[in-house]
Amino acid sequence: MSTDQRYSHRKKNLWAGILFGLGFVAFIDETIFHQLLHWHKFYDKSTTSIGLISDGLFHAFSWFATVGGLYLVADLMRRGAFWHKMFWGGKLLGGGGFQLYDGTIQHKLMRIHQIRYDVNILPYDLIWNGTAIIMIIAGLLLVRSARKESMRLNGGAPLVS
Amino acid sequence: MSHDQPYLPPLLQLIVVMSALAGAAGYLVLMIRTNRVKRLKHWPAWRLFFCLSGIVSAMLVFAGPLAEAAHHDFRLHMAGHLLLGMLAPLLIALSAPVTLVLRALPVRAAKRVTRVLRHPVAGFYRNPVTASVLNIGGLWLLYATPLFQLMHEHLWLYLLIHIHVFAAGYLFTISMIYIDPAPHPYSHLFRTIVFIIALAAHGILSKYIYAKPFPGFSADEVREGAMIMYYGGDLVDLIIIILLFHSWYRTTSPGRRPATDSIA
Repeated sequence: MSTDQRYSHRKKNLWAGILFGLGFVAFIDETIFHQLLHWHKFYDKSTTSIGLISDGLFHAFSWFATVGGLYLVADLMRRGAFWHKMFWGGKLLGGGGFQLYDGTIQHKLMRIHQIRYDVNILPYDLIWNGTAIIMIIAGLLLVRSARKESMRLNGGAPLVS
Repeated sequence: MSHDQPYLPPLLQLIVVMSALAGAAGYLVLMIRTNRVKRLKHWPAWRLFFCLSGIVSAMLVFAGPLAEAAHHDFRLHMAGHLLLGMLAPLLIALSAPVTLVLRALPVRAAKRVTRVLRHPVAGFYRNPVTASVLNIGGLWLLYATPLFQLMHEHLWLYLLIHIHVFAAGYLFTISMIYIDPAPHPYSHLFRTIVFIIALAAHGILSKYIYAKPFPGFSADEVREGAMIMYYGGDLVDLIIIILLFHSWYRTTSPGRRPATDSIA
């Protein structure tokens, strides 16, 4: 693997991760919580109209993000520029970011649906958003470490973004 | 659903089936004839397969048991719309009918067809924004206004709407993926952005339908129909997304000049 290829494609690696992470979390949400467990409701009538729009846009975007993220990985691979650490950092960042947005703004503020019904929702919300925050922190640490690595590869010079 | 509403009378069903058969036969004849010409590349049989499956998908909505049952069952009505407005257009687009016609025509006639395709009016309709508004906007008109009720009371309206659903679905598909010649190409990024908004509007409409009462249909049926629309739409659009991104991936191949496919 060529290190300068990785270095010059560091942003693409990050974005591939962010997109794929977002799409992956949305996909897990759809299959596990909607389809398998039937915890989430397709539509609960307390949803605000802005919630409906936000949910629609994110749902549509998540398909494009999954497919697009994977095509970006394929592109990085054919250029010999795929960088696991940066990609995983982005993936945790994108996945955690979306999960936090979904768990706070979409579930609570826009009330698109709750994680589960007829239970005490608090522990569910705490675990949901707690996991999201852990993913974001882990993602940030990985991206930071990858950035340091790329600065070292760049001979210690600061990154030109 | 009450039974006083018309569905396609047998004569109209026959006309639809005959024109579908004529289309399929025409495709087959053109394929066989042009495959005899040595200087032309071989036309693959899988394109014929796509064409035939597309025609059958569309035909099922007008004639036969599904067509009749769809008048009484909202779930089947929705499944029919997925076939007519999404799957059939995609399959027919993949069969590249315009390319086939162009290679079968004599040069002068082919040039005339190309001139029509290059015309600004054709360009206007093939703009992803126009196509999306016609496609998804048309669906909003159908389900969010009394049009749905009226459609079941007037035969001409029923026919017009169903032709529109297919035509707009086809236009939408070919505005997103360029299988046939595309004289007014848009960048992959632009198509992607418009596509995301169109898919979102489709999903939002599904949820709107989920919560809305449709007189004559039970609420459970409507909800299931709305979910068929939501997930079925996702599935067909996923195929179009993959095809769109695949062409993007190919045009950005390292060591390749930017292709004509993209004018980004």
